[in-house]
Amino acid sequence: MEPLRIHQGLVYPLNRSNIDTDQIIPKQFLKRIERSGFGQFLFYHWRFDDDGNPRPDFSLNDPKYKGASVLVAGENFGCGSSREHAPWAVQDFGFKIVIATSFADIFKNNCVKNGILAIQVSEEQVQTIMKMAESEEYTLSVNLEDQVVYDNEGFEVKFDIAPYPKEMLLNGWDEISVTLSYEDKIKQYELAHK
Amino acid sequence: MHTPKTIIQKIWEQHVVQQEEGKPDLLYIDLHLVHEVTSPQAFEGLRMNERKVRRPDLTFATMDHNVPTRQRLVINDPISKKQIDTLQQNCQEFGVTLADIHHPDNGIVHVIGPELGLTQPGKTIVCGDSHTSTHGAFGALAFGIGTSEVEHVLATQTLWQAPPKTLNVKVNGKLGTGVTAKDLILAIIGKFGVQFGTGYVMEYTGEAIRSLSMEERMTVCNMSIEAGARAGLITPDETTFEYLRGRRHVPQGAAFEEAVAQWKELATDVGAVYDAVVEIEAAEVEPQVTWGTNPGMCIPITANVPNPDQVDQPSKKDEINRALEYMGLDAGQPISSVKIDHVFIGSCTNSRLSDLRNAAEVVRGRKVNPAVTAIVVPGSCSIKLAAEKEGLDEVFKEAGFEWREAGCSMCLAMNDDIIPPGERCASTSNRNFEGRQGNGARTHLVSPEMAAAAAVAGHFVDVRQFTAQEVF
Ligand code: SF4
Repeated sequence: MEPLRIHQGLVYPLNRSNIDTDQIIPKQFLKRIERSGFGQFLFYHWRFDDDGNPRPDFSLNDPKYKGASVLVAGENFGCGSSREHAPWAVQDFGFKIVIATSFADIFKNNCVKNGILAIQVSEEQVQTIMKMAESEEYTLSVNLEDQVVYDNEGFEVKFDIAPYPKEMLLNGWDEISVTLSYEDKIKQYELAHK
Repeated sequence: MHTPKTIIQKIWEQHVVQQEEGKPDLLYIDLHLVHEVTSPQAFEGLRMNERKVRRPDLTFATMDHNVPTRQRLVINDPISKKQIDTLQQNCQEFGVTLADIHHPDNGIVHVIGPELGLTQPGKTIVCGDSHTSTHGAFGALAFGIGTSEVEHVLATQTLWQAPPKTLNVKVNGKLGTGVTAKDLILAIIGKFGVQFGTGYVMEYTGEAIRSLSMEERMTVCNMSIEAGARAGLITPDETTFEYLRGRRHVPQGAAFEEAVAQWKELATDVGAVYDAVVEIEAAEVEPQVTWGTNPGMCIPITANVPNPDQVDQPSKKDEINRALEYMGLDAGQPISSVKIDHVFIGSCTNSRLSDLRNAAEVVRGRKVNPAVTAIVVPGSCSIKLAAEKEGLDEVFKEAGFEWREAGCSMCLAMNDDIIPPGERCASTSNRNFEGRQGNGARTHLVSPEMAAAAAVAGHFVDVRQFTAQEVF
């Protein structure tokens, strides 16, 4: 996993609440047995019509958001299924940061495992960012070490993140290797619970 | 004096392998259930890093999401076939027990775990599937995980988890006649919203919960995730022990009685404090129907579809408008006036023997409305057999239902069981998200009884009045 310390990128605003993982990646694309290549299916039924042509009225198809790497959405982002294909699709499409009013637990967990930073801020702050990104080409910067999101015009917001996911993201650690360093403890537990 | 604890805290503490300030706990996992959709990349990860499955004996696999329900062995979609074959190969290579498509134990992962007695009180249970919360019905701490975590559990039999907050969902009084466990959980989510459980593990308590059967408890716990909670559980009691007695993977004879004695210790202590409490009166719950595109968008069968003009908050207004448009409904129309094209009785929420019995009772001697296509998909091969032994298949077939093979089927439409765009389905499953049952498909979540009654009437009806009518 690549470490994530400082990121600067174009913002894509998706002003909806309760965006579930069935919308992030519809189930017909879960059949692949690889980890990569899911970006093309992100928000598939919102992006494409039944014939596979881009829907002009869906904002992600607007060329002005091409290359966006910061996704901003409303509350309860990523609810529903545990499918990790959802963060895989988000990441493969090019997003490194997701900002929302709140996240579903499993989705948030899955993000950390894949080096995506999920940032929770207030409804008011989300709406401020949405407005900026809807009206102009809007870039945000994120500094994970200092836990702050800011733009060039003086907007700045601090965010909370637990120490463990922060450390994982900053260092890009492989969690299984970390855990295997506790092999003795796991063995002890197993012996005590035979 | 010990501090009184909740069952959630007790199970947690019994499974901590490693604890350190400022870090999540390393939790031992007693049972890891695996299915074909969320595991291929995890096994691939093991292979790439030359790792083994640490405890194949605590790992159990099944295939369910892609399994065809007309002819089990004919998988037309080559990619589905590949996923099924991949699981087969992975289980063989890593020594994991698999109830494959040919096996009599095969079925939906959350149905067969309890059936085989793999699911037991006090266990930590995970699966790469959000409805793992189902197993909480037995007083287990059971939650869904992503594929990276699946790989982590395969390799280490543990997970890093921050201790959850605890939430007591208290259900007072008794459910009325014709009102089911499905109506109860829908009403709870309707009342408190689709994210009131986020960050919590829920414990369901109260008179109404205690009087539920094991199968009904599974229906309730199954949908905890639809309230945002990764896990929901119920303290085990005599109902739990009687259900488990004699099942294949539980201790037998004297060892079973010893296990029961331990399981009894799990109950939440008197005076234990939860981080939050919500309450609901069971007697006030009516049969529910969802009208929108998440499970919280539900109303009693006697009510009307919401009118966005009566809502002040602009974002809520938008959400209702978008849902009404997707669902093809008019603001304020009575939900009972909504005509349906399909009925699906199945899924890990409502495909157990009692669900099928209850639905069969509603349709016995009646006919499915000619405008409706109705299917029944049992949750497992053994449920299918048991139902056939009782003649339930005949009751359904005579009424005009299709009687299918076991699997997830139309719950998420990954196999060939798909609702066409714009068509409407009364479904006993757990998610009414856009496109869940097929691109453009419109899903209404209901109980098996309500689904059966709707199949006959051709539109939603109040099952409490419907069953009172004579059959001609
Ligand atoms: S029946 Fe539906 S919800 Fe249950 S495991 Fe299968 S797909 Fe998931």
